[in-house]
Amino acid sequence: MAAPEASTAAVPTLYTNNTLRNAFGGVLSFFILLLIGVLAFSIRLFSVIKYESVIHEFDPYFNYRVTQFLTKKGIYEFWNWFDDRTWYPLGRVIGGTVYPGLTLTAGTIWWLLNSLNIPLSVETVCVFTAPIFSAFASWATYLLTKEVKGAGAGLTSAVLLAMVPSYISRSVAGSYDNEAVAIFALIFTFYLYLKTLNTGSLFYATLNSLAYFYMVCSWGGYTFIINLIPMHVLLCIVTGRYSSRLYIAYAPLVVLGTLLAALVPVVGFNAVMTSEHFASFLVFIIIHVVAFVYYIKGILSPKMFKVAVTLVVTVGLAVCCAVIAVLIALVASSPTKGWSGRSLSLLDPTYASKYIPIIASVSEHQPPTWPSYFMDINVLAFLVPAGIIACFLPLSDASSFVVLYIATSVYFSGVMVRLMLVLAPAACITSGIALSEAFDVLTGSIKFQLPGVTSNAEVDAGETSSDTSEAQTDEVKAEKPDDTSKNRPLKKSKKKERELAENPPAKATAKAKAKAKAEKKRLLALPLEASVISLLLLVVLGAFYVVHSVWAAAEAYSAPSIVLTTRSRDGLHVFDDFREAYAWLSHNTDVNDKVASWWDYGYQTTAMANRTVIVDNNTWNNTHIATVGTAMSSPERAAWEIFHSLDVKYVLVVFGGLIGYPSDDINKFLWMVRIGGGVFPHIKEPDYLRDGQYRIDSQATPTMLNCLMYKLSYYRFVETDGKAYDRVRRTEIGKKYFKLTHFEEVFTTHHWMVRIYKLKPLKNRIRGKAKKSKSKTSSTSSSKRSGTKKKNPWQ
Amino acid sequence: MDAPIRAREALGFILFSLLFSICRSSSLNHLLISNAERRIDLSSHIVKVYLTLKVENAGSTPTSEVFLSFPPTQVDHLATVEALVTKGKRKKTTLVRLDVKPTELPDAPNDAKYFTIYLANPLKSGESTTLEVLYLLTHSQEPFPAEIAQSESQLVYYRDSALILSPYHIKQQTTFIKTPSTKVESFTRVEPSNRAGTEIKYGPYEDHPPYSFSPILIHFENNSPFAVVEELVREVEISHWGNLQVTEQYTLVHAGARHKGVFSRVDFQSRPTLNGASSLRYLLARLPPRVHSVYYRDEIGNISSSHLRTDSRKSELEIEPRYPLFGGWKATFVIGYGLPLQDFLFETSDDRRYLNFTFGCPLLETVVDKLTVKVVLPEGSKDPSAVVPFPVEQHLETKYSYLDVVGRTVVVMEKKNLVPTHNSHFQVYYTFKPIFMLAEPLMLASAFFLFFVACVAYLHIDLSIRK
Repeated sequence: MAAPEASTAAVPTLYTNNTLRNAFGGVLSFFILLLIGVLAFSIRLFSVIKYESVIHEFDPYFNYRVTQFLTKKGIYEFWNWFDDRTWYPLGRVIGGTVYPGLTLTAGTIWWLLNSLNIPLSVETVCVFTAPIFSAFASWATYLLTKEVKGAGAGLTSAVLLAMVPSYISRSVAGSYDNEAVAIFALIFTFYLYLKTLNTGSLFYATLNSLAYFYMVCSWGGYTFIINLIPMHVLLCIVTGRYSSRLYIAYAPLVVLGTLLAALVPVVGFNAVMTSEHFASFLVFIIIHVVAFVYYIKGILSPKMFKVAVTLVVTVGLAVCCAVIAVLIALVASSPTKGWSGRSLSLLDPTYASKYIPIIASVSEHQPPTWPSYFMDINVLAFLVPAGIIACFLPLSDASSFVVLYIATSVYFSGVMVRLMLVLAPAACITSGIALSEAFDVLTGSIKFQLPGVTSNAEVDAGETSSDTSEAQTDEVKAEKPDDTSKNRPLKKSKKKERELAENPPAKATAKAKAKAKAEKKRLLALPLEASVISLLLLVVLGAFYVVHSVWAAAEAYSAPSIVLTTRSRDGLHVFDDFREAYAWLSHNTDVNDKVASWWDYGYQTTAMANRTVIVDNNTWNNTHIATVGTAMSSPERAAWEIFHSLDVKYVLVVFGGLIGYPSDDINKFLWMVRIGGGVFPHIKEPDYLRDGQYRIDSQATPTMLNCLMYKLSYYRFVETDGKAYDRVRRTEIGKKYFKLTHFEEVFTTHHWMVRIYKLKPLKNRIRGKAKKSKSKTSSTSSSKRSGTKKKNPWQ
Repeated sequence: MDAPIRAREALGFILFSLLFSICRSSSLNHLLISNAERRIDLSSHIVKVYLTLKVENAGSTPTSEVFLSFPPTQVDHLATVEALVTKGKRKKTTLVRLDVKPTELPDAPNDAKYFTIYLANPLKSGESTTLEVLYLLTHSQEPFPAEIAQSESQLVYYRDSALILSPYHIKQQTTFIKTPSTKVESFTRVEPSNRAGTEIKYGPYEDHPPYSFSPILIHFENNSPFAVVEELVREVEISHWGNLQVTEQYTLVHAGARHKGVFSRVDFQSRPTLNGASSLRYLLARLPPRVHSVYYRDEIGNISSSHLRTDSRKSELEIEPRYPLFGGWKATFVIGYGLPLQDFLFETSDDRRYLNFTFGCPLLETVVDKLTVKVVLPEGSKDPSAVVPFPVEQHLETKYSYLDVVGRTVVVMEKKNLVPTHNSHFQVYYTFKPIFMLAEPLMLASAFFLFFVACVAYLHIDLSIRK
């Protein structure tokens, strides 16, 4: 802990008293941290208590399935896993296309527990991985903020992070997704970076690369780290804050980190070949140039140095121009300019909606609305500016990093809702700093106003937390000339004391500064009433945040989305239709049957029903998805041909019209048309639109009323209530009575939410007829074949 | 329809008469059955046959063994055979259960299989006694047509003999067959036979020699769902901390006529009586009283459609599968519950403990093709032995559960073809020292202690090279 050295150095007479106090402080903060961990874990259990211990949503089902495979078959099989149950007939190389961090983490936990003879199922481990890692993330936040502004701010930020709604939304029990462990990895990597920056220790630099490796394993969002840290390094260099500590914090990270990142199959050579990583290499070159310049400056006389500079700058510029030209040429030759679609949509928020409907069709890739900021980070939104100001008083290397982090993450969260998750830790850290600084000022001034407190006690009591960072930076500055003390890992306070004792000038300056600060503080003291009231207001603000977070955890974010519930007058009503359909598929169809559905349900179908799907949520092949989209938006006969060519036996559609479930396939239909039309031009979006709107009522276009999706959704729907009133679209449907000729209904769930149809087999040709029109069929069949060729992209 | 069947029956009759004359067993012929009445209940998919035999010893030596014979096709489906004898006179009659065991006879005609009833008191020459026999047949009703659509009802064949197959001479016999509804498509006529309401009567037939056989075929409507559990694994875990945890894994199948073509939810919901009449909508499980923490789930999570009713004598769990089961459809699920240990675990006088628990499947009106009962004894228990009222296959396994070191002994019992009458109690005896209960808490405590000691040691050791 950083607190002890400052105060013991400042007030040596109270040495024994203070060690006791610090010991208590240490124990206290340990228990507070423990409780924060418990809080972070338990606030995420609402989903288990209110619903059940089950995997949520879509992507987690895939991760769960991969984890099951890993625990069953082992790590080597996992790396070589070619999954033939998805993307039929293409298949997918899972081992090489998945971020393995989460899977390996959960698999390791499971293996560890089972080798201790604790027979938890893989599902249980997966369900509770996210809450466990949120506890880790809040501890990492404590460490990070402690590096910036001391233990007090650290504890406050950790509490805030433990229950920030944005993070809860991605890490409730059952939400077994990459982000669950990635946020911990992100914060921990940043912590180790700042730790290295503050200590200049190569030990932490190595740990930092390992943490970065874990982050690369876990989430595609690692590019945020590998761009943010270079930005910070550049900022430090530009503002004249270059030091050997900065070099140690950065250079090993780039070298080791890139090497390690390239070990992850899904990243591989992307770590050196895509534009997302180029910034880090550029800064890597710059920092070496700067380091070299500093070195030369040290050994040359000022005059010689000037000459050398002019010489190097002219030659260097020429070389740089050549290199940059080559690079630009290389990058420009690739179609996406070396940037992946998702990253491009980060830089240009309108990119996705313009060019890639498949990215735009995912709701979490849309830009957020203002209320979602309030929903997701609540009062932190107001505390962040205060925290940024506190970071500037005074500005250290670490606090400038926090400022940069919050600024960039605010931008990214504005682009994609999903990246709100990256903003949340930054907002928690800055708000924690703001709150802790405010508490320091207010409690400090109350203490000054209260009679009967000696000034000495005031100094060390009031300042323990606020002083730390300053003392630390002071200390670091004091160490600067003394190179020998830098490389030593500063682990224990005891050692630090000794070191400080060795270092009398530092001690003296610290003492003098503490005294000066006490003076300053007396001047800054606020009136008693004002500080008491503002203290109360801050507590109320915190209480408001707690209430909101608990509400968000309990009500807004804990629904598993595969089972829906509504509360009506006659009690709780459960809609468990998805699992009903998947269970039916898994028990009553052949194990090798292929099921076609819109890609949203791909992961769930493979995981829960264990059936081969055509497309799934890993949207890697746009053409394949477009084929399914085309089939869904084609008339029955054409759709049958497409599905038949794909060996599909069952078609699954999700229909919410009976009970009013809004995210059904009819509402997603515009994306099927748009994505299908993007690849197969005979699907034209205007054919489905009336007055620029997708309609299914009597105003709908004939193309719409004859397409497969409409027919499969509304087949015999009119017989339920006689009117065929769609409760989602709030209208009566356009075409009520129709028959299916190429599909037959084989299963519909209890509330009609999932309907499964079977492709009818080819009809036997009637002999007599065939003979009669022999000459005719030959001509028509050839024309037909050419006709189907156009419609059917698989022939 | 009638004529060919009768021809076949006549053929069978001749065949059996011939056989009878060839292998006339000398050891059997001194008994004869003066009166036999058979009631066959076909109202569910489990065929219940009540046989009342009046046995007379016509020989000179007393005998205590009475043989029952079954055709080989029936023996495979025979789940249980029980025999009772009436004792006492007139009003004070009591029923006494008799031992029944399968027997091999060397000169069995046409592979007929035998069961021996061991009488409590040997039947002396000239005496007679009345035996009540109950046997149950599973998988004996064959759906015809084998595939039906959603709106059709389920028709089945039942094959048997109009005459009771017996190694003894039967003086007079009658057979009553009860069908679930009045809808009977056809039945083989063996005069005198007639049908009234839900009952078909064959007989009375007089004086038939041993091994008389007259095949009959009844084609009738049976819309009761054919609930068959293909495999059931029951695991009973004993914890001496006061809990008995039961986990039952079911693979359920509807073994009736296979569903064909379309399943329409509209029809199923709007006209439930006409549509899917034979579908399996819910099941009833009878659990012991004082059951707690009941769960009902499958591999993809909780199944929310179940109701538990408890009272002081029994608990009833009504479960609905995720979807209604039509013929040929399958479902798997798990039911688990906890029970207070003191209701099921007792101590013998010689310091051994024994578990007293029901063997069969708690679902009502269900056939279990294969049942595995696993009794997980607590860690450290010794000398396990199981006592089951009927023959089962047994072996021992070891299971590792929470923080086990040596593992728990598991007594595994397997049996095929079970019906609800198998729900009788079995006992597992073992010895256990209560000190083993403390092993795991002590282990945990010492692990934590060592961890703290390690922490303290680490904080007090200075490993740095430079001072």
